[in-house]
Amino acid sequence: MYEIVYRQEMAQGTVVLNVIKAPKIAAKAQPGQFVIVKANETGERIPLTMADTDPEAGTITIIYQVVGKSTALFKTLQVGDAYQDVLGPLGKPTHIERYAGIVICIGGGTGVAVVHPITRAFKNAGNHVVAIIGARTKDLLILEDKMLDASHELQVCTDDGSYGHHGFVTDVLQQYLNGSRPVSMVVAAGPVPMMKRVAAMTKPHSIPTMVSLNAIMIDGTGMCGGCRVSVDGTNRFTCVDGPEFDGHQVDFDGLMQRLSAYRQQEQQAMELFAHECKLRNLT
Amino acid sequence: MGDKKDRIPRQPMPEQPPEQRRRNFDEVPLGYPPEIAQREAGRCLQCKNPACVSGCPVGIDIPRFIRHIREGDFTKAIATLKEKTALPAVCGRVCPQEVQCEQRCVLAKSGEAVAIGRLERFAADIDRAHGSPLLPELPKPTGKSVGIVGSGPAGLTVAGDLILKGHAVTVYEAFHKAGGVLVYGIPEFRLPKAIVQEEVGYLEKLGVCFELNAVIGRTETVDELLARHDAVFIAVGAGLPTFLGVPGENLIGIYSANEYLTRSNLMKAYLFPQYDTPIVRGTNVVVVGAGNVAMDAARTALRLGAERVTIVYRRSRNEMPARAEEIHHAEEEGIVFELLTAPVRFLGDTAGRVNAVECIRMRLGEPDESGRRRPVPIEGSNFHIETDMVVIAVGAGANPLITSTTPGLAVNKRGYIIVDPQTGKTRKPRVWAGGDIVTGQATVILAMGAGRIAATSIHQYLTLGW
Ligand SMILES: Cc1cc2nc3c(=O)[nH]c(=O)nc-3n(C[C@H](O)[C@H](O)[C@H](O)COP(=O)(O)OP(=O)(O)OC[C@H]3O[C@@H](n4cnc5c(N)ncnc54)[C@H](O)[C@@H]3O)c2cc1C
Ligand code: FES
Repeated sequence: MYEIVYRQEMAQGTVVLNVIKAPKIAAKAQPGQFVIVKANETGERIPLTMADTDPEAGTITIIYQVVGKSTALFKTLQVGDAYQDVLGPLGKPTHIERYAGIVICIGGGTGVAVVHPITRAFKNAGNHVVAIIGARTKDLLILEDKMLDASHELQVCTDDGSYGHHGFVTDVLQQYLNGSRPVSMVVAAGPVPMMKRVAAMTKPHSIPTMVSLNAIMIDGTGMCGGCRVSVDGTNRFTCVDGPEFDGHQVDFDGLMQRLSAYRQQEQQAMELFAHECKLRNLT
Repeated sequence: MGDKKDRIPRQPMPEQPPEQRRRNFDEVPLGYPPEIAQREAGRCLQCKNPACVSGCPVGIDIPRFIRHIREGDFTKAIATLKEKTALPAVCGRVCPQEVQCEQRCVLAKSGEAVAIGRLERFAADIDRAHGSPLLPELPKPTGKSVGIVGSGPAGLTVAGDLILKGHAVTVYEAFHKAGGVLVYGIPEFRLPKAIVQEEVGYLEKLGVCFELNAVIGRTETVDELLARHDAVFIAVGAGLPTFLGVPGENLIGIYSANEYLTRSNLMKAYLFPQYDTPIVRGTNVVVVGAGNVAMDAARTALRLGAERVTIVYRRSRNEMPARAEEIHHAEEEGIVFELLTAPVRFLGDTAGRVNAVECIRMRLGEPDESGRRRPVPIEGSNFHIETDMVVIAVGAGANPLITSTTPGLAVNKRGYIIVDPQTGKTRKPRVWAGGDIVTGQATVILAMGAGRIAATSIHQYLTLGW
């Protein structure tokens, strides 16, 4: 059992942060790696990137958006409750080095949680780091203060203009690409269309671009192939070969299709869960 | 005397009728009742030089356990089995007896072999029905400790053998449940998970420690385990899926057998939405391959509501690698076999869901390196099979997670760990290996046999130092 020692709701309760006791994972985890989390006996295995780790306290931090039955179930867990299973650290750590030009780290929605440790690692490695984060609207923005600490320049965008730049993270990226400072590296995590757009923009400039993919997974050890994604025409397993890949080579359309595989079942599970919760509240 | 015994026919196994069982996940063979088991045991000639024993990878004293059944002393029967196998309830169900013990039975020469596997299952089930099995007395702790990576049949065998020698044993398992392929691969209708649970529970009672959610190579490395254990045994199985590499293979609804069976068995997707893991329920299912894994996938799809399940296999019936009983059961349940047929590409709809497989007919040509006749495509014979779900079950490979993170471990060119077959020793000091990660995907009993050899060698090393 993996106990929740701290919990915080963000973005009007649509996003939840959990700090979980998992000393072995905390001791090993590096930026870019993820865990697989399962709430209880009947639960599903859900991959989540670690937003932070504290080896001394023996804890890891996960941040998830409440999108379906499994994350709705996670949300019911309070401090003192526990996840039945947490597995990790999985995946390859981000390749961090010191570049001559600036490094731009882009996070959209809960993708901000994914880029946060990567952003900090690039900064700690001596890079000049620009962070661009975005959300649909001001109330849904997460980790602004953390990203401010982790970067040298922070740009905030909202789709509806309620805060920061009015527009998409890619609009701000364009300004940097047009600017005079050379860009050595771009990292992006967030909705697939956002990552696809980022990669399309940096490609003509030949700027190396890493994207962190959120494929559907089961084991997380390269055993099932369910997380396969086509990269440069060959199949790679997101859980062991990734989660980060060269954005210029990823087949984003294929990834998006595979992410929709269980949409119908997800809806069915969610409805059942909502119904059960209602019944429980009635009694 | 021999004549008289020959006249009793091999006793058939009571089974759920095909039309009933094809829609449920309950076990298919129901097991012998005692009087049938005793009658079947009576067919054994009790040979002085029993050939069957030489066909058993772990050398069970087959005539002796059968004699005990015949005499109605079921306790002694199970005790005889347990001298050599830790998992008789499992082996009685999943061993390919027809190419092992039963193939060598003298009765097989002139008629039908004694049903050794069914009798093994009978003895094990009687024992299980009696509730908690007697715990053997444990020797004084030796103070030595062993780490085992992987909790499949090889790992469980080593755990059982070494705990009985007084060594401390910890099993590290990547999944959240112990049992390896026995829990995530082989379906409930062939091997009830309660049986595996009992075997694991028995080892726990003996004092074996199971550390779940431990991905060795990631959570900890083999070298870290060596820092706190005197010896390490690696038994991580053949956990790498094989795909066909043909166009369209990433369409929605196309699974590796590993994924499909793990979803259904380990994650219990067949009970969705009571369990949260979803699975595609195909109406027209195609399974590629003809081994045990393919039969399991095909029969699972049927139980998940498919109207038509087709096995596509590029060679002919004679080459199908599955156990005879599995093929027989699959046919009885109405699974269609398209033999000498290979997929060349998958086609999908605009949403990216598979809707057809394009296949080509094959003929058998000259024998290849494996001695089997090579399938050769017949040009122009392409045709389509309509489908909404496909499972690829064409074998498994070596997962590199351990081998790539353990310096000093030698592997062959296919990535399997190289060991001394007499001892199970790898090239790395204090590290042994066995099971599918050494041989490639094989059988439960061979994995157990490899575990037995390694356990003997590990015990010798721990007590004598070599
Ligand atoms: C669907 C299916 C049906 C089969 N049917 C039959 C049959 O009818 N009869 C028969 O005899 N054989 C059958 N087999 C083959 C048989 O199951 C295997 O040969 C046998 O299980 C191999 O045992 P093992 O101990 O080597 O490995 P496995 O049973 O594969 O167990 C390996 C374990 O190690 C764990 N592991 C892997 N990597 C790590 C890691 N890095 N860290 C920690 N743990 C790890 C895995 O999660 C797994 O639990 C079948 C196989 C499959 C897949
Ligand atoms: S999740 Fe199974 S291979 Fe990646």
